[in-house]
Amino acid sequence: MFWDWNYVWEIMPTLLRASVVTIEATLLGFALAAVLGLVMAILRMSKSQWISVPTAAVIEFIRSTPLLIQIFFIFFVFPEFGLVLPAMTAGVIALGLHYGAYCSEVYRAGLENVPRGQWEASTALNLSPYITFRDIIIPQAIPPVIPALGNYLVALFKETPLLSAIAVLELMQTAKILGSESFRYVEPITLVGGFFLIMSLVASMFIRQVESSLNRSLRNPGGDK
Amino acid sequence: MTTPMVKFDNVTKRYGSLTVLDSLNLEIAPNEKVAIIGPSGSGKTTVLRMLMTLERINDGVIYVDGEPMTHMEKNGALVPASERHLRRVRGNIGMVFQHFNLFPHMSALKNCMEAPIHVLGLPRVEAEERAAELLDMVGLGDKKGHYPSQLSGGQQQRVAIARALAMRPKVMLFDEVTSALDPELVGEVLQVIRRLAKEHSLTMLMVTHQMGFAKEFADRVCFFHSGKIAEQGAPEDLFNNPREERTQQFLSAVLEAG
Ligand SMILES: Nc1ncnc2c1ncn2[C@@H]1O[C@H](COP(=O)(O)OP(=O)(O)O)[C@@H](O)[C@H]1O
Ligand SMILES: [Mg+2]
Repeated sequence: MFWDWNYVWEIMPTLLRASVVTIEATLLGFALAAVLGLVMAILRMSKSQWISVPTAAVIEFIRSTPLLIQIFFIFFVFPEFGLVLPAMTAGVIALGLHYGAYCSEVYRAGLENVPRGQWEASTALNLSPYITFRDIIIPQAIPPVIPALGNYLVALFKETPLLSAIAVLELMQTAKILGSESFRYVEPITLVGGFFLIMSLVASMFIRQVESSLNRSLRNPGGDK
Repeated sequence: MTTPMVKFDNVTKRYGSLTVLDSLNLEIAPNEKVAIIGPSGSGKTTVLRMLMTLERINDGVIYVDGEPMTHMEKNGALVPASERHLRRVRGNIGMVFQHFNLFPHMSALKNCMEAPIHVLGLPRVEAEERAAELLDMVGLGDKKGHYPSQLSGGQQQRVAIARALAMRPKVMLFDEVTSALDPELVGEVLQVIRRLAKEHSLTMLMVTHQMGFAKEFADRVCFFHSGKIAEQGAPEDLFNNPREERTQQFLSAVLEAG
């Protein structure tokens, strides 16, 4: 028999539990990426070359090396330096760093798109650099790039199976274990694929929704008056 | 003689090999209203931007209210100002831009509250009161909750004036503040500036192409040409009997254009 429904129902609860881990890793990893990305983008724009050049180098380095290697590095090599991390933590950090580097480019585009006049008005009003970023620049830089950030959220989500390489019990790892126990791989792997497909489609639809409501409010802040 | 409110002492500004302002000397008395006129590219905007610390100067010193702004005293010598020093002295100066530069994600009221709260440290209630008063003064009492995109150019520029005034500057800079406006909206902005000039003790520097307004508003008119003040004087003198040929040419060209 090619497809066994009984087996499907049997493994469903285990897979659903594992999907929670996948979603957790996605959300935590992306939260980290969103914050790190913004920090990297701002450091990269620093007027001091001592800050901007090394930051650019780190971003380039992270973007140019495979995520899998970064995951291995954090999980297997950090302990050599006395930093032992649980697999899930190591995985979330690797996802956050890797996608943080990508997000920083998105943020940078957003920051650079804020007209120079906004910086000048902030200087003329004597706002500190911190308040200028927090209240003037970031609120204008981020809304237009939310759709681009959303695409990275979906991309990050689809790369969480890499965490199976360090035995995080997310969907892929769980499917592999189920398969090796029963010697049936068709159902678990198909179900996992289906899960990713559905979640990605839902997320993309959600992002498009956010995008169009953003476009509306960006064109007309404050609604109709 | 009283201390000048603003003093440019041999100030030079270069962009690469282009000298935009050449050893500028200019003193402006407290409460004086100065109009700056001159052909495009003569360095008018640069004068205001240097005073607002938006541009670094290459040579010379700018003093504000008797104190060096671009420099600070250290062991009896003048050294280039630190960011902290700039922040302190810059508080004396407010600027209104050609393209308003309002914060588009904040209502008119919030635009006028942001800096008083975070720079002057005013309590929110007090900042709101002051912002509301100023918006009333510029005739926008009924538009406090409106966002810039919901206001006409003239209204946006009036919000920008209120926003600058909320910081209680001693010196106000206006850079062609009506150039980006439709002709029918110019009057309402000039009206506000006229009132400011009459009712507030403010030192004002205004770059303008509105010769009629310069004439009635200014105590002194400076005609800029190629990064230098080619001629200056009381408006009656400069407009009616310009001594320099360049001034005459410029004025007749402007008058012809209407
Ligand atoms: N950021 C800049 N980089 C290079 N040149 C500039 C810059 N800003 C202004 N300039 C040049 O400086 C000169 C004076 O400019 P500006 O002060 O804006 O003149 P105005 O306001 O009188 O029209 C012009 O020749 C202009 O091209
Ligand atoms: Mg100009």
